[in-house]
Amino acid sequence: MSKVILKIENVSKQYRLGQVGTGTISHDLNRWWAKIRGKEDPFLKIGETNDRSKKGDTDYVWALQDINFEVNQGEVLGIIGKNGAGKSTLLKILSRVTSPTTGSIKTRGRIASLLEVGTGFHPEMTGRENVYLNGAILGMTKKEIASKIDEIIEFSGCERYIDTPVKRYSSGMTVRLAFAVAAHLDPEILVVDEVLAVGDAEFQKKAIGKMQDISREAGKTVLFVSHNMAAVQNLCTRGVVMRNGTIFFEGDIEESIQVYLKDNANIESLANFDSRIGSGVIKVIESSIYGENKNLEPQIGKPFHIELTIDNPQEIDSSHIRFDLKIDDRMGQRIAWMSNYLFNKETKSNVCKILFKMDKLNLNEGGYYISTDVYVDLKRADWLQSAIYFEVVDGDYYKAGRGVPVAESRLLFDFDVNFISK
Amino acid sequence: MILGLLACFYLSNQIKFIDLRKYLYYLQLVSYSEENKEEWLFEISSKRGLFELDYKELWRYRDLLFLFVKRDIVTFYKQTILGPIWFIIQPLITSLIQFVIFSQIANIPSDDTPYFLFVLAGNVLWFYFSDCFKSTSEVFKTNQNLFGKVYFPRLIMPLAIVFSNLVKFGIQFLFFLGVLFYCIYKGYNVHPNLYVLYTPLLLLVMILLSLGSGMIITSLTTKYRDLTFVVTFGISLYMYVTPIVYPTSLALEKLPESLHYLVYLNPLTSIFDFFKYAFLGSGTLDLFGVLYSLLFSIIIFFAGVFVFNKTEKNFIDVI
Repeated sequence: MSKVILKIENVSKQYRLGQVGTGTISHDLNRWWAKIRGKEDPFLKIGETNDRSKKGDTDYVWALQDINFEVNQGEVLGIIGKNGAGKSTLLKILSRVTSPTTGSIKTRGRIASLLEVGTGFHPEMTGRENVYLNGAILGMTKKEIASKIDEIIEFSGCERYIDTPVKRYSSGMTVRLAFAVAAHLDPEILVVDEVLAVGDAEFQKKAIGKMQDISREAGKTVLFVSHNMAAVQNLCTRGVVMRNGTIFFEGDIEESIQVYLKDNANIESLANFDSRIGSGVIKVIESSIYGENKNLEPQIGKPFHIELTIDNPQEIDSSHIRFDLKIDDRMGQRIAWMSNYLFNKETKSNVCKILFKMDKLNLNEGGYYISTDVYVDLKRADWLQSAIYFEVVDGDYYKAGRGVPVAESRLLFDFDVNFISK
Repeated sequence: MILGLLACFYLSNQIKFIDLRKYLYYLQLVSYSEENKEEWLFEISSKRGLFELDYKELWRYRDLLFLFVKRDIVTFYKQTILGPIWFIIQPLITSLIQFVIFSQIANIPSDDTPYFLFVLAGNVLWFYFSDCFKSTSEVFKTNQNLFGKVYFPRLIMPLAIVFSNLVKFGIQFLFFLGVLFYCIYKGYNVHPNLYVLYTPLLLLVMILLSLGSGMIITSLTTKYRDLTFVVTFGISLYMYVTPIVYPTSLALEKLPESLHYLVYLNPLTSIFDFFKYAFLGSGTLDLFGVLYSLLFSIIIFFAGVFVFNKTEKNFIDVI
């Protein structure tokens, strides 16, 4: 029987936007005056939901609004959501760095949080001294650290440098040492925010393995925030999807990931895109980029669709049209070139849409730009450069729970690898 | 003062509502949690007791306090040749310069004791007070990175400042004793007496005072930074209000009778006078003044804890 170890009740958090200045003090005085008269805080009512892309009417936003959920002992909960959905604010409240505006969180165990590894490292002190200091900051006693110090040093792989000041370390070594300390914490509840995205591939593997050990063998409760869907899928048993400061979905991790991906399907109108080059006989007016189906975001290893709506007033049939599509990465590096010109397809009249389809998306995680180039009878009709942006979310291309580091390659290939014995 | 009174009022309220059972549980005399299944280890919410000093938690983090103190001391003289001797050079040079300016040039008396020793005594105390105060008054600002990432009782930080400065004070105090014994050996007019046993009490007053006022300043400056400018020049002005380079008797002599109360309003006056009376046998003993200072510092300290507690839970959003 699993019991509830963490209970979050009606937690909300309000933030004030803009700079602190003379405007703030008048609000503060107002609030203080209301408090003296025993009235409610006048600015608590006016907050808006947190949609960062829209312009609001007030200076107050709710970074979190009425968050309610429970976590059972031994559960590994993944918290996922877009940037600005309120994940980090929630973790900050959980780790007691800041307090909620309303609501409360009740817990039956000690919470240790890893919002960032290496907090409190002092560059002048040696690795060993920093292990002690960092461990104590994270809530360990000196005795606990002393009993684990050998293990920590071994895990970090910095044995040779351990009595050298940390300022002489490479940044990778600092991170390794810091993570090693964090991995040997012994709280009932561990809160982790993206810290696995540090170090080289070898160390990441080690780190994820350690996280799995912590949750599976030791029966610890872990709250895990990440954009790395492969890691989330691998580690977590249950998921919470956040959107604009509220809980949008709560349930099984697979379902949660699906919901998260559905959350931002890309449909974009291009009718007002004005830097076009070409005769304009045919114009690209709308793009829709999606994964497996229209409700899902493009994900590595899953089917991928680029659907472009074209304005074709002269009802030109498809045999006269050559439609080129180019994909660049964010650095402007060309990744792919696709065109209907490569195939001989049967002629269709009065076309209004073109659909590019891949069965298994082999672009790595990240953002990409699409340029389109349309020719009618070999004359350029419409050329849009980097007009469409889309993001690919992480997935399990090789069905191994591991991915290709983004910095290594933008493209993924199907391949097989085997050792051959003598 | 008003804050202080408010503080006392809240404190008395707090004591009334202490849940005795919870305390027994803390002492592990009864198994509180097992008989009550709905009991939680702790609760995070927007409301919190203003004087809720969680002693048990502070005690649990005592190793951290020790490590912070060690960090402050050790990193002070890393990569230096003279090492801890630098702690001594500061009061030594300051006192020498003051000796030249105030004694040789300005002819300020020193109650018939060697002026250098007189001013060194004042400086050793003053450096302790001003260093504690200055560091404490910037606690939130200098540690915002750390405080923004991990939770530990925030009070650990100001306490670490007090203790690491205490180590520094200890070294400077030993140096002062060295000079003192040299003066006695040379037969100067110096007469330490049994009142030296009260030194810990004097230190306690200075700790409470610097900690309390520092915590108030750091809390007030998280949102509005205006006060930081006042602190930087205020502390150097305060040095002249405190009897360091001149004896209190001189101030009383030169000031009109109607302003004498201003001299005694400064809580540090009687502390410095007491210290000099105890170690040098100069000046006068003002026990009533010391009592006033003690009371004043206790009030300031609780006001500091009150403001600090109120600020620490949300300051990271506004700093």
